[in-house]
Amino acid sequence: MVDVNHFKDRFKQLQSASPDGQIARIRLKGFDTFSKTGLPAPRNEEWKYTSISGLFNDKEYHFAADDGQPVFTRSDLDAIRLPGHQGANELVFVNGWFMPMLSAIRSPDDQLTVLPLEDAAKGIYKKQIKEHLGQSSRYIKDGIHALNTSFIYGGVFIHVAKRRELQYPVYLYHLSDAREHHTLCQPRSLIYMEEGSKMQLVETFKTIGTSDSFTNQVMEIVVNNNALIEYYKIQNDAANASQVSTTHIRQIGRGYAHAVTITLNGGIIRNNMNLILEAAGNEAHLYGLYMLKGHTHADNHTLVDNREPGCLSNQLYKGIVDDNATGVFNGKIMVQPQAQKTNAYQSNKNILLSDNAGINTKPQLEIFADDVKCSHGCTVGQLDETALFYLRTRGIPIENARAMLLEAFTEDILDQVKPKLLRKHVKQLIREHLSIKK
Amino acid sequence: MLSIKNIHAAIEGKQILNGINLEIKPGEVHAIMGPNGSGKSTLALVLAGREEYEITQGMVTFSGKDLLEMSPEDRAREGLFIAFQYPVEIPGVSTTNFIKTAVNEKRKYHGQEALDAVAFLKLMKEKMALVNMDQSLLSRSINEGFSGGEKKRNEIFQMAMLEPKLAILDETDSGLDIDALRVVAKGVNELRHKDRAILIITHYQRLLDYLQPDFVHVLYNGRIVRSGGKELALELEEKGYDFIKDEIGLTAGVQAGIN
Ligand SMILES: Nc1ncnc2c1ncn2[C@@H]1O[C@H](COP(=O)(O)OP(=O)(O)OP(=O)(O)O)[C@@H](O)[C@H]1O
Ligand SMILES: [Mg+2]
Repeated sequence: MVDVNHFKDRFKQLQSASPDGQIARIRLKGFDTFSKTGLPAPRNEEWKYTSISGLFNDKEYHFAADDGQPVFTRSDLDAIRLPGHQGANELVFVNGWFMPMLSAIRSPDDQLTVLPLEDAAKGIYKKQIKEHLGQSSRYIKDGIHALNTSFIYGGVFIHVAKRRELQYPVYLYHLSDAREHHTLCQPRSLIYMEEGSKMQLVETFKTIGTSDSFTNQVMEIVVNNNALIEYYKIQNDAANASQVSTTHIRQIGRGYAHAVTITLNGGIIRNNMNLILEAAGNEAHLYGLYMLKGHTHADNHTLVDNREPGCLSNQLYKGIVDDNATGVFNGKIMVQPQAQKTNAYQSNKNILLSDNAGINTKPQLEIFADDVKCSHGCTVGQLDETALFYLRTRGIPIENARAMLLEAFTEDILDQVKPKLLRKHVKQLIREHLSIKK
Repeated sequence: MLSIKNIHAAIEGKQILNGINLEIKPGEVHAIMGPNGSGKSTLALVLAGREEYEITQGMVTFSGKDLLEMSPEDRAREGLFIAFQYPVEIPGVSTTNFIKTAVNEKRKYHGQEALDAVAFLKLMKEKMALVNMDQSLLSRSINEGFSGGEKKRNEIFQMAMLEPKLAILDETDSGLDIDALRVVAKGVNELRHKDRAILIITHYQRLLDYLQPDFVHVLYNGRIVRSGGKELALELEEKGYDFIKDEIGLTAGVQAGIN
């Protein structure tokens, strides 16, 4: 069982060291929830197929860089930098904390502002923090989310100015130091997209060391009228790296969101991708690709909450599950009574490659309006034997033929990775994952 | 080159091939005809290595090697090619990329260097011209959305690219317009060589008119019931299969005994 007292001491320490008004109040509420609920157990319907309590059994996690000093050097960092980084804003998190020293902001400051959350809460962005930080707690009431909220510190605030289209994407690198201890990282961020702004955001994670790392992340994104966010999450960490990663996007004006989650390697992974469509005529596209092997477990929970009329959303998640790996897709679509003329589509397609692999897929539609178009579908199948045979009769060895077909299966998700360099990079990761040479 | 001895095959417990014997020598062109459901495609698929079929008896040697022991890919790389009656659509795999992989896998198997991009392109241009293959088809996914005729043409194009020792064409002439038929015939004739052989499965005389087979066989109920020269095909065209069925009918009692 998780030792709440252990967290309690740490929480008290943090509150007394950093008693700043707004954020401290949010933390307090978070800790209150955490104390009451503890970590989510399988009896919680939302956590039926994913158990994270085992990750805390008999294990003490070290928290973020306790002394606040960077524990990694530039060269550690270079290992995970994404292609095109010379022309990108690079934000580095170490053990869950934003490290301005290691980060590089390349966009002009009339376009992009990046601040530690604590600083933002005091300055001109006070209002945004007050209104928007912690909104995801209205939707996610479980203990693991509350645990992140209890320890909001060292997070980041990202602001994209009105009608500014960022030429440089924003890359977020999360480094976790598991060289000497099990490490708990709890990155927190609030991203505010002003009216008419545009941004491409890319996140990736890397654990260094062989002890366990657990990342419990919450990112909240607020999208105003005519703003556009493209969001890419690339999870290709070590087997000793587990995470719960929540991306909570609220489209408070008529905006556009495009999110792609790529999950390749890791321990236990839970992604919450929430799209809250709070203004009429919003549009959101969610894509996911999970290619799991070994003992990786990946659970993608999506939520699209249609709160106003005429919103359009489309979800396509695809999975290839091999070895002893397990995948979960839970796609929830809510259509509130006032959200007439909603169009909401969802599809989940899976290929199971081994008898020991598993997949649980579940659509959840809660529709309270009558004039809506919603559809959902899911498939679980094997590799197409006829296609495989065709390729083999042309002299292509079975392993290559399988890889060709699997790569083809990933194609339509890969196409959704819009930045060219990133797409090439992801394609390469997929090919490596499928052991395709060259 | 190919020696089929007493092949029996079944699928899902259903016996389909009931003792096929066939010898094909280098340089020969054979045709197999026979009514629907008689087992022609089954024979082709068994030779190509489709694992669903259970070979209950018999053996096949190809260039002196035990064919049935080989994987489908090894059969192909040893020089066996089958143009499918129903070529499969494979979304997401580009035709060009697929053919390049196939050509180079075969080269690798025979200890040859992979073709570089330039050499491959040159080869492709040459073979495309041979079968009037449209460039735009090659940039698409394998057979995806291809018309029936385009799929067949793609099979012949792949055959031309892979230059097999033995090509089995399963109803490649079905669903082709007159021009396409001529193209297929040209592609096949181009392949004709004293060291190569061709086995054509067909229902029609048209392609055989172009190709002038050395032997024609009639497959019925999973066995070859009649073999002859090209005039047999003409006889079938004229009389249909009934006369053969009648002939067999006369000996039905004997056959049942053999079974
Ligand atoms: N997977 C299968 N399961 C059951 N029966 C099968 C299967 N595949 C083939 N058959 C049967 O085997 C028999 C022979 O089929 P085959 O496709 O070889 O015929 P064919 O001679 O090629 O016919 P056609 O001229 O129509 O192409 C048919 O009766 C067919 O229904
Ligand atoms: Mg057939």
